[in-house]
Amino acid sequence: MNIRLYVWQRGTAALMAVLVPIHIAVIFYATRQGLSAADILSRTRGSVVWAAYYGIFVAAVSIHAAIGLRNILAEWSPFGERRCGQTAIACGLLLAALGLRAVYAVVLS
Amino acid sequence: MSAQTSELSVSIWRGGSDGRYQAYAVPRRESQTVLDVVSFVQRHLDPTLSYRFACRVGVCGSCAMTVNGRPRWTCRTHVEKVAGDGRLEIAPLANLPVIKDLATDMAEFFRKWQKAKGVFAPSQTRHDPIAQIRPDTAARAAADTAIECINCGVCYAGCDTVRWNSDYLGPAALTRAWTLVNDARDAGNRERLAAISASGGCHACHSHQSCQELCPQTLNPTAAIAGLKKRTTAAYLKGELKI
Repeated sequence: MNIRLYVWQRGTAALMAVLVPIHIAVIFYATRQGLSAADILSRTRGSVVWAAYYGIFVAAVSIHAAIGLRNILAEWSPFGERRCGQTAIACGLLLAALGLRAVYAVVLS
Repeated sequence: MSAQTSELSVSIWRGGSDGRYQAYAVPRRESQTVLDVVSFVQRHLDPTLSYRFACRVGVCGSCAMTVNGRPRWTCRTHVEKVAGDGRLEIAPLANLPVIKDLATDMAEFFRKWQKAKGVFAPSQTRHDPIAQIRPDTAARAAADTAIECINCGVCYAGCDTVRWNSDYLGPAALTRAWTLVNDARDAGNRERLAAISASGGCHACHSHQSCQELCPQTLNPTAAIAGLKKRTTAAYLKGELKI
């Protein structure tokens, strides 16, 4: 890992240190209050705040996980650096696509 | 010593990387070091045994070996402390190519010192007055924590990251870089910080702290590497590093 990847990984980790507790608090709130899917969607649909919050969350997770995966592959697999990077980018893009699709589903659909 | 056996059962690695352990019986003595054991084998049992040592007092850093699975400086390792049951398994240092028996090829280890820009880059000439470095300055205190490295290779042999990533510069080279980063007389920090910020540099460290645990000089390379991470990150965010 070079300094550029290090800064991105630590930066996204710092961001997630704030975002994850909020995410968990939202999960606890929704389950404790017994909110139905319709209740949740009525709160999230058209909300710029929820779109921004989970959009940033998905971006941070995708970048952070991809860099971490790249490091694991580089140290534990027989792949070369280039192939590790390509695999990690593909996984990061997949995570981003799945996450943003979910954000789209609860905010814009 | 009364409850101990009078002989040590010693297994020593013989041959290259494809070698095997060979058993020897060595008389047990008071205040015996692991290096004494190896020297006894070489002088009295098998003169073809290859190993490396020089000072015998923990200064030169040449006699490190793997003793009962752990890298150690053998001249300062008492048998009593590591072989209570009278058994010793002595192998060459890990993470380094084996030349023969207990002698490893340290070339890559020292090449990485060069790669980490572990060479002092003078900012003045011999005609300038000698720089006055106060011992109580923060930079000098930081350099002091790492300056006593004897290049024995114990930290390098015990490092998981070195084992997993052959490009990783390793704790010793980075500790050396840390002393120079904190040396007010040095003028090579731009190149040095760039060198240790590349792939295989200080950011590859997982902070497992094996180096700190194993260092015979009780240095803390993990702390030095953490300092380098902080220093390089600041330089990168200021745009001073081009990677």
